[in-house]
Parts: sequence; C-alpha cells; structure tokens
Amino acid sequence: MNKYFPYIAIALLALVPLLGLNSYLMHILILVVMWSVIGMSWNLLSGYCGQVSFGHAAFFGVGAYTSGMLYTKLGISGWWGLPASIVVVTLFALVIGYICLRLRGPYFALATLSIGVILRIVAENMVDVTGGDLGIMIRERSWIEKTRYYYIILAIAALSFVLVKQVIASKLGYYFVAIREDQDAAESLGIDTTLYKTIALCLSAMITGFAGAFYTNYMGYIDPKVVFALHDISIIAIMVVMVGGVATFSGPIVGAVIMVVLAEAIRSIPMLGTAHHTFFGILLIVIIIFLPNGIVGDFPKMKKLLGLARRAS
Amino acid sequence: MSFLEIRKVSRFFGGLAAIKDVSFELRQGEILGLIGPNGAGKTTLFNVVNGFYHPSRGDVFFKEKKISGSKPHVICRQGIARTFQVVKPLQRMSVLDNVVASSFLRAKNKEQAVEAAIDALQFTGLYEDRDVISRGLPLGKRKRLEIARALATQPEVLLLDESFAGLNPSELDESITIIRRIKNKGITIMIIEHHMRVIMAISDRIVVLNYGEKIAEGTPLEIRSNPLVVEAYLGETQSA
Repeated sequence: MNKYFPYIAIALLALVPLLGLNSYLMHILILVVMWSVIGMSWNLLSGYCGQVSFGHAAFFGVGAYTSGMLYTKLGISGWWGLPASIVVVTLFALVIGYICLRLRGPYFALATLSIGVILRIVAENMVDVTGGDLGIMIRERSWIEKTRYYYIILAIAALSFVLVKQVIASKLGYYFVAIREDQDAAESLGIDTTLYKTIALCLSAMITGFAGAFYTNYMGYIDPKVVFALHDISIIAIMVVMVGGVATFSGPIVGAVIMVVLAEAIRSIPMLGTAHHTFFGILLIVIIIFLPNGIVGDFPKMKKLLGLARRAS
Repeated sequence: MSFLEIRKVSRFFGGLAAIKDVSFELRQGEILGLIGPNGAGKTTLFNVVNGFYHPSRGDVFFKEKKISGSKPHVICRQGIARTFQVVKPLQRMSVLDNVVASSFLRAKNKEQAVEAAIDALQFTGLYEDRDVISRGLPLGKRKRLEIARALATQPEVLLLDESFAGLNPSELDESITIIRRIKNKGITIMIIEHHMRVIMAISDRIVVLNYGEKIAEGTPLEIRSNPLVVEAYLGETQSA
C-alpha cells in the first residue's frame, strides 16, 4: 500500500483540474507543487548529504534567468529554458561547488548565503545582460488558463520525486548520508567526499534551476529581487523541508502545502499581512523545539501529543 | 619487496614534532603492535599512513608505491583501511547501512554491497544487531562496528586504533578472536593498543614510540626485556 501511495497521490493530483477550481486556487496549487520540487532538491543536498544551503535562490534565479534571457536575447520561447537550465545551472553549480564545498558545516552555509546575495546584486547591476531592476517580461504568454502549467509542474515534481528516491536508494544515497553523518569517517571508508558532495550539489541545483525556469514561463515576469530573494526563496526552501521533515521523501511535499497555504493565509490578514516573515520565524522556532524532525519525521510523536491533548479535553 | 614501509617520516604541528624520523616496515601477513605512552604519536602515525595528515618529511610506501600525499579515500581504495580510536559510527544509520556504505567501495551493485556487508557483520558477530540505529549501540559493539566497516572495504592492511580500549573482559576475548581470524584471512594488521596482555598475546612484532621517536622494535619477548621500553612505558613492575 505504502509503496504505491506516491503513484496514487500523483494520479489523484492529476485529476484535480477536473474539479474546475478557480484560477486563484489553481495558482496556489501550482505554487505548492513548485515549492515541493524546490524542497525535494534542497532536501537532497542539505537533508541527505548534510551540506546546508542558504543560497538555493542562486540556483532558482540562474534557472529563471536562463529561461528569461533565451527569450530576450535569442528571441526564442522561454520554454527552451527548461532543458537549457539543466546545462547552465549544473555548470554554475560545478563552479560554486569547487569554491564552496571545501568549506564544512556552517562555513559552507554562509558561503552559499553570500552567493545568493551576490547574484542578486550582479543581476541588478548588469543591466545590459539581465535588464537590471526592470526585470524580464515575457510578452507572449503561452496559455492564459492554468491547467497546462499545472500539469507541467506536476510532471516535473513527479520526475523529481522519482529521481530523488532512486538516488537515495542507490550507492549515491548511502554515500550522501555517510558524508552527512561523519565526513572523516566517510573519507576513510574510501568515499571521495569532494566528488560526492559535488554530485549532490549539482543534482540539487539542477532541480531547483528547473523549477526556476518553469517559474519564468509561468509568471511571465522575473526580476532580481524576486528570483534571487534570500527570504522569499532561499529561506523558504529551508523552511519547507524543516517543517515537512528533513531527510524524508514526503516531507518537502507536506512542508510545501503548509508553507504556501500559510503564506497566503497570513497575507490576507488585515494589518498583519506584511509581517508574514515574523510568523514564519515563530513557526520555525516552534518546529525546532517541538518537532525537530519535521511533521513527517516526528509524525508518531505528534500523534501522541495530539492524542494526549484530546484525552485531556 | 617491502609491503608497507614508513620511511623517515616526521610530522610537525607548528614547532612540535608529533613524530620524528620514524622508519619501520610492516610485513605482509603479520600483526604489528604499536605501543607507547600517551602522546607518543601513535595515532598521528596512523593518520599519516591513512592520509589524513601528510608527512612533513619522509614518505610512506605501500607495495613500493608512494601513498603519502594521497587523500584518505584513495589510500583506502588501494587497500588500507582503518578504525578510529574515538569511534565514528554513522550515527543515524542502521548498523547494516553503516557497513553497506563502506562495502559499496568494491561492490558493483547494491545486492553485492549488502551481501558483503552481511558477511562482515557475521564475521564480527554483529549480525543480530543489523537493524539497530548505530547511535544506540553499546561501546563494545561500536568498536566492532568500526572493524566490520573497515573489513567491508576488503583491505589488505587494517589499521586498528585502540579497538580494545574500554571493553570488558568477555568483550576483550571476543575481539581477540576476531583479530586472529582477520589475520587468518590474510589481512595484515597494525594495531595501537594500551592493553599489554592483549598486545603481547597477539602481536608478531612490536614497535615502541616515545615522544614521537621509535625507541624499540622487535618480538614481544624482546620488547618486554628492553630496558628503554621498560623505563619509558612498561614500568619496572610489569617487566617480569
């Protein structure tokens, strides 16, 4: 049962557009699926391989700009950005990995944090290349209604899910976790830690970049502040996985649902709407204290807590 | 042909010489004991052989090939595996997965890796504990897990860093049996140990380090009666 659950879930999700939801709800759904893709990719690098990234916006943004610049510079459809982003973002990740992966633990995290910020500033200032703060607008939208976008991102999510699952079950997965648990021990067991950390980074960056390329085509507009955002992309990528469950397969999906819905809900509260980051901060503290393994990871514990609460009342 | 040769190796940390001009050979098939007081440089020497440190001077040769200067994973691939004095289990992995992670080095696919891992676990008597998350293992078993993991890389040389420290007498006997069986498999062993009863019983030869320098080398009998060693390490009462 459990084995087929993901496939059943994907099949059910594929039927959702038939419900005839309005375009706002479809938009939320698309965001949820997109964030689960980013969460899965962050989880691969940081959850399984233990290399905590605070800069996934860098990969998201490079993917998004690959798509956008193919449109503005070469005049071809932004959708070509999807395949192109795989190449561009992977090469970019190789460079980043060469520089950053010699750092360990918090130093790696800080380096990735800075790369996200650096790229934002670069994109803002290289006006000739990126269009600067004006951003990139894709004038010819492929479709007005959202069903097709939904299917595209759902397919990306399904592929990412299968990819992550296959990788984790393979030799790579064992090596990633070994590196997370103890890099010196892993090294002395014959694991080329630099190589496998680079693989983890490239895979993760590739998936996030793919989501970025999709984002450009879906939203039709990107600018540096949006796609290279620290608090709206990098940090949310971390939160999606922390809330859902680090190093679990379904954690990022659960986390994406909660984070996207929560963000929308908080934004609609009058007066407090602009303070949604404050709420996220509080949520993160609560999660770290009470559910350090996330909702999926600490599900038994959570059930127990809720069960007790129910009995008490 | 020398099997594993440590040639005039020195390693400095700032101005401190952790090991100074140490040379000796490890012969194929033997158990070589490495003893000496705390801080004598035994673990540093292991770290040099294993590739964690590069020697400041001198070289290490394995089957006539220079290995010093290579990274640990390269040296491990060439057939030198080690255990750690402060055990480093992959904490949040099961015992089996710990060993699978290392048996992948020589395995073509996952089935082979799991098979090799189960072999190593049976060999070290940990098979019953294969599904335990390794953080929850008692120390004695964690030390054996280190050995199982090192064995799963199918080494020719095994460096054992205090695999007996902190074990109770029955665990001690178990571990001695395991070491003897490893030797019977044809694996050459270099072992650091403070437990004199153990080291005298299992070693073919012993090298003694003191303040980073080699002060003696020989059979257990020779070492026991060597006045330098007695003064530096064994002490008068034990010399009998």
